[in-house]
Amino acid sequence: MSAQHSSPRSPLDLFVSFTLIALQGFGGVLAIVQREIVEKKCWLTPEEFVEEWAVAQIMPGPNVVNLSLMIGARHFGLRGALAALAGMLVLPLLIVLLLGILYTEFAHHPGVVGAMRGMGAVAAGLIIATGLKMFAGLAHNPLGKALSGFFGVACFAGIALFHVSLPIVLLGLGLPACILVYRKLRLSR
Amino acid sequence: MEATTLITLQWSDWWQLFQHFIGLSMLSVGGAISTLPEMHRFLVEQHHWLSEAQFTASVAIAQAAPGPNVLFIALLGWNIGVNAGGYLTGMLGVLICMFGILLPSTSLTYLAAGWLGRNAGMPAVRAFKQGLAPIVIALLIATGWIMASAHPAGEWHLWLVTMVASILIWRTRIHMLWLIFAGALLGWFGFI
Repeated sequence: MSAQHSSPRSPLDLFVSFTLIALQGFGGVLAIVQREIVEKKCWLTPEEFVEEWAVAQIMPGPNVVNLSLMIGARHFGLRGALAALAGMLVLPLLIVLLLGILYTEFAHHPGVVGAMRGMGAVAAGLIIATGLKMFAGLAHNPLGKALSGFFGVACFAGIALFHVSLPIVLLGLGLPACILVYRKLRLSR
Repeated sequence: MEATTLITLQWSDWWQLFQHFIGLSMLSVGGAISTLPEMHRFLVEQHHWLSEAQFTASVAIAQAAPGPNVLFIALLGWNIGVNAGGYLTGMLGVLICMFGILLPSTSLTYLAAGWLGRNAGMPAVRAFKQGLAPIVIALLIATGWIMASAHPAGEWHLWLVTMVASILIWRTRIHMLWLIFAGALLGWFGFI
């Protein structure tokens, strides 16, 4: 991983990049976005990526669509946002429709059913790994290791183990976390 | 898709469909998938524009296909449109549903991201982004965990596949498509 920062050359570059990212994204595009945008292209540092993701996730709408739109907008404003959005949606949309039409034929083939199960199991692993990698983006977080860890574990337990609804978790944990960071930033001035 | 149900849609029905997705868009915090129960209630139970099987298959196909999962909404629109006529109304259904679910949320995100970018130095903005950072990371791991928990009970090999895949992606630079492909092969031949 190089520390150097780079950026997309043009809206067309954004469109092509996000089309390729979307086409590789089986069962979750975020894993591919993280690898391509942060590790390969270096358009964002790990810190920036986590922060952009926080906004993309908190806003209504599909998270990874929001994220691509924001990355596009960072570089080329509205044109960039639309280019990234189109890249993420247009070609994958056509493929999904095609698969939808084909599905009638093969829906009950045991091989297809098994393959979809296998892909689902791998996709779950990809998402977990992406989360683990994103911890790198917390290195300079004002909360510090202990508090970041506390909020992370509490959020995981709430959602995954106790099935608390998302708005309650965001209010119950997100609000205190933001207030704590705010106070630390104020004190450090 | 499963046996096609024939329905007739008036212009007022298309408009109602558009409004439904416009409304859901602003509620879809955590992704469009979080409004799934409401879509099911409206499209399948209340209006019978879609069969139960078509609804379930739309979600499953979009999950397995490349691209963002929100495309299940394109498939819902496609099926509604095909039920109402043919491929032409199918395309109309795709456009109405996708524009409906995306227009409000993407506009808001665009404006919010712009504002946050211009005020990136404000302590409140820094606190908002950095305070949420550990939480959204944990949320992601929880999502993977929930997806893995959907494996039927006793299917320990599926858990093993999930674990091995996550360790490989976390620790090595292996390309994800190889793992997806390996998972599909193992499943196809009935090993998992």
